[in-house]
Amino acid sequence: MQAYFTLTRRELSSFFVSFMGYAVIAATVFLLGLCMISLIEKLQGDPASITVTECFFGFYFWLILLFSAPVITMRLFSLEKYSGTFETLMTTPVSDWQVVMAKFTAALFFFVVTWLPLAGCILILGYATNNPALIDYNVLGSTYLGIFLLGCLYMSLGCFASAMTSSQIIAAMTSFALGLGLFILSFIVDQFPIQKTWITETLSYMSMYNHMTDFSRGVIDTRYIVFYLSLTGFFLFLTYRVVESRRWK
Amino acid sequence: MTDDAMIEVSNLTKRFAGYEAVSGLSFTVGRGEIVGLLGPNGAGKTTTMRILSCFLPATSGSARVAGFDVCTQADEVRRRIGYMPENNPLYLEMRVREYLRFRARLKGLGFTQTRQRVERVIEQCGLTEVGKRIIGHLSKGYKQRVGLADALVHEPELVILDEPTIGLDPSQIRSVRQLIKDLGHHHTVLISTHILPEVEMTCSRVLIMREGKILAADTPENLQRTMSKDAQTIAEILAPREDLVSCWEQMPEIEHYDLSAAEGSYYRVALTGVDGQDLRPVIFDLAKEHGWQLRELSRTRHSLEDIYIRLTRPESEEETF
Repeated sequence: MQAYFTLTRRELSSFFVSFMGYAVIAATVFLLGLCMISLIEKLQGDPASITVTECFFGFYFWLILLFSAPVITMRLFSLEKYSGTFETLMTTPVSDWQVVMAKFTAALFFFVVTWLPLAGCILILGYATNNPALIDYNVLGSTYLGIFLLGCLYMSLGCFASAMTSSQIIAAMTSFALGLGLFILSFIVDQFPIQKTWITETLSYMSMYNHMTDFSRGVIDTRYIVFYLSLTGFFLFLTYRVVESRRWK
Repeated sequence: MTDDAMIEVSNLTKRFAGYEAVSGLSFTVGRGEIVGLLGPNGAGKTTTMRILSCFLPATSGSARVAGFDVCTQADEVRRRIGYMPENNPLYLEMRVREYLRFRARLKGLGFTQTRQRVERVIEQCGLTEVGKRIIGHLSKGYKQRVGLADALVHEPELVILDEPTIGLDPSQIRSVRQLIKDLGHHHTVLISTHILPEVEMTCSRVLIMREGKILAADTPENLQRTMSKDAQTIAEILAPREDLVSCWEQMPEIEHYDLSAAEGSYYRVALTGVDGQDLRPVIFDLAKEHGWQLRELSRTRHSLEDIYIRLTRPESEEETF
């Protein structure tokens, strides 16, 4: 356990000590700011039956997620492999699982931190409009649960992509392609004919766009939680196997 | 298995796709020894070290460190070794003391122990003035010392250093070598290098490798002795040529002689003794007896370099010579 915490701490500090971490946060805040402007535009229009958080989860949320996830994770394993520190790391008495979990935890923590300004945006909105009914803390909570679960999935995906290569660019590109691919599944279902087949059924269960809309409405569906946690587990397992593969390759 | 063996390697083979990096390697290193692994690039030194440090598994054969198998008891082995890989990779954005603390914690040291050991290795490796500096800003020599300090921080029984002096300037090389020499008091050290004087100066034993096999394993002195069978004794003597020739002809210890005129009216003789015998005392006695003037008397010695070059020359090349 000591090794896990030590490693997590180092990974986290490498996010916050280097310029990179702040660059990602700054970019996220910038995009959230744009989001906020478009949200205010929407709120000035006709009354709508959607929550404030739901408005956020249109275009910008996914744009930020799809771009920031590969940037956060690309360095995790590939930089260590490239610089050779992977060798010094793996010759200390730490297990492969500890290394994988520590890197995943640190990335996830950082990912959640980059989304904290969102809460700020919403609170400012509540304060400025002087309308307490606008802010529902439960909905905000479920939104963050959704962000957290999506973060789990995308960080594990990024870990997997990063573990496979010693090039950060390849890692980023792989995780971007995988991440975008998974996201696009949400829309592929629309291309199918109306009648229900097992394919459309499966795809509609995997529609992350719909999941996130539900979360931002305050709907917490355990199926979604199981979906994200199991996929995260799956990708972490793959990462572990890749890290371990140096033993049997 | 003997109790005092630190490393026991038997029949170790590592195959990568298409080639065999290490083939059927066997050797033993005792506790407290400083052993140099010597060989040309691509001889399998780094692979051997990576297997010993549990980074890579062997294809076949076994290796034990301090009695623990590197494959099945990797955690026990890792706790007992300090490994510094080739090119000494470090986290360049960290500060020296911060890095060493991180490494010590990673290696399972407690809080107080970490603080004590980190201060100790910082002092030991001469890092006191740079403790607060960022590793990436340090000179190569200091970085190398940070790598060494990292390898030593958990007081390992075995220290494995892969090319520890590569890319350093002469004075840095000297200080790193001295450090390695001092390590021998408390640790077993295995270093790899292709720099010969390094081995001669620091190691108590040498393993010469080529193409994944061990060609010779002995102390540097013994290697020199066994290889100096055809060593020659050189003498410059002022004496009539006929006397010299007849003298050499009569002596049974001399296998071969060579006579040539030297500067002045001296003769330069090169003598090869039977079984590499040292002929210097014999020649001195002869000169004294006959009243010859002797102005040079020396014995050619094979340096470790000659031995190394001879042993590591690829077979195909040997045939052409």
